[in-house]
Amino acid sequence: MLEQIEGSHAVAKAIALCHPEVVCAYPITPQTHIVERLNEFVAMGELGNCQYINVESEFGALSVAIGASAAGARTYTATASQGLLFMAEAVYNAAGLGLPIVMTIGNRAIGAPINIWNDHGDSMALRDAGWIQLHAETNQEAADLHIQAFKLAERLSAPVMVCMDGFILTHAYEQVEIPDQAQVDAFLPPFQPRQVLDPSAPYSIGAMVGPEAFMEVRYLAHDKLLQALSVIPEIQREFEDIFGRDSGGLFHGYRMEDAETVVVTMGSVAGTVKDTVDELREDGARIGVITLCSYRPFPLDGLRHAMRRTSRVIVLEKSLALGFGGVLASDVRMALQGVDTHVHTVIAGLGGRPITRESLTRLFRRAERGELKDPHFLDLDLDIVRREIDNQRGQIAAGPIAENILREIGPRASKAG
Amino acid sequence: MVSAAEILSVAAFLEGYCAQAFPSFGSERMGAPVVAFCRLDNKEIRLREPVMTPDALVVQDPTLLHQVDLFKGLDTRGYLLINSRRGYRDLGLGDYVKRFPPHHISTVAATEWALEYVGRPLPNAALLGAFAAVTRRVKLESVTAAIRRKFPGKIGDANAAAAAKAYDSIRTN
Repeated sequence: MLEQIEGSHAVAKAIALCHPEVVCAYPITPQTHIVERLNEFVAMGELGNCQYINVESEFGALSVAIGASAAGARTYTATASQGLLFMAEAVYNAAGLGLPIVMTIGNRAIGAPINIWNDHGDSMALRDAGWIQLHAETNQEAADLHIQAFKLAERLSAPVMVCMDGFILTHAYEQVEIPDQAQVDAFLPPFQPRQVLDPSAPYSIGAMVGPEAFMEVRYLAHDKLLQALSVIPEIQREFEDIFGRDSGGLFHGYRMEDAETVVVTMGSVAGTVKDTVDELREDGARIGVITLCSYRPFPLDGLRHAMRRTSRVIVLEKSLALGFGGVLASDVRMALQGVDTHVHTVIAGLGGRPITRESLTRLFRRAERGELKDPHFLDLDLDIVRREIDNQRGQIAAGPIAENILREIGPRASKAG
Repeated sequence: MVSAAEILSVAAFLEGYCAQAFPSFGSERMGAPVVAFCRLDNKEIRLREPVMTPDALVVQDPTLLHQVDLFKGLDTRGYLLINSRRGYRDLGLGDYVKRFPPHHISTVAATEWALEYVGRPLPNAALLGAFAAVTRRVKLESVTAAIRRKFPGKIGDANAAAAAKAYDSIRTN
């Protein structure tokens, strides 16, 4: 049924339709509304034999999820930002043990300084932990990806993170088609675990592996994610057959037919990028968009093929590798080895800084004129940055950078100075 | 304010619009200034930037008038609605609102209607009723239906009555 619904609640309904048997989570903005709603479903008896387990921390949440999944339960949790970092050890363990847990990341910046708003710093920090990482562009896709995620996780016996932009998607009300139970049941078979901890037929998982086999175990974990490169599109097609919607997959192309410039991005900003590209196309620009859905595994070959005739690539990303530059841009460069094209890194939207059509239009025009430095920081206030660099250089007791900058911006923002 | 944007989006959805509502949280505590946005369109809304040039501005708390630049980006062909029992002249905005078409601007005693009908100073419903009256972009029936979806039962009825009262107070003026 088509509903006008908050993104978090749409995702909670999608999860509920998948009949999870264990949900455990620790609240952290901006994912809290999802697990709050799931807790209500469990409390109202709407989720059959599902158990909602309260835990003391994010580390506890994923640890309980690992135990539940290893015992053969379809298991879900959600987190964001520092919550993800706090469970980091368990994140690696879930992947290393090959447990098909599904976890939502309500993408949020990582402190310090503390910031509750959206960027991709959190999921990026754990991009190499062995989880499949899917990014939603809209709340419809967020809901759909969760349904696909259980199927994907269980087919490969690997955990899946579904990343959705905090606030921008989690707290946005928009139309979402909530599937019927019969459709979900036809799409998603009951969970048949590859490994089950069972006291009546005991064996151990997570044993110590020494130098004689660790390389092979790790190689097989890598190979499993590479298998996902073909399984993800299969599941995308199976989903479309039943639900009649094209959701998920490795990436989506938009107005790519004759594109000389391609913008590569992830998540909800793709909508704003598409609107900007439509306007530039009206002025004759040959520009297209690739929205990456599967960040891990990273579709190297697919991207290379899609951009083989592109003369300019602009990677717009909400993450920054300090002391290096772009994270996604670096991966895209890897994909484009041997392709004669110029790749620009654009860091944007950190800590919830709005990414506007106006700024994007200026950015894309500058890139076409060859005027972009690499990396480019969209809408960075260079005056403030330079003054603080001088301040820090000029005195030993220069004070905390974040607070210095707030003091300078404060009067300006409130129009008092 | 966040709920008001949400309810407006539901009202528009009930009329077949595509609607998008989202908040911009200043900080997570009751009483902090909060901005929420709503977009209505006849086609899918892909844009995710904040609304920077609104067609309509609803001010829930008039004490913000002199603290922040509330009217930035508001087009003078747009609509302005302020929660106050005072008129624009009393609010010190007499000159400012002269540039708007007279039927595009209104103040509404939404908190007073809320106290009378709901018993609590929650002006959202009355503001949305007034919004329907001033902008004519959504019907009062859609607003009250959206309110009842959000608040089933007596609370919804009371809020719907506050919305209708605010709507009538503007339409009969």
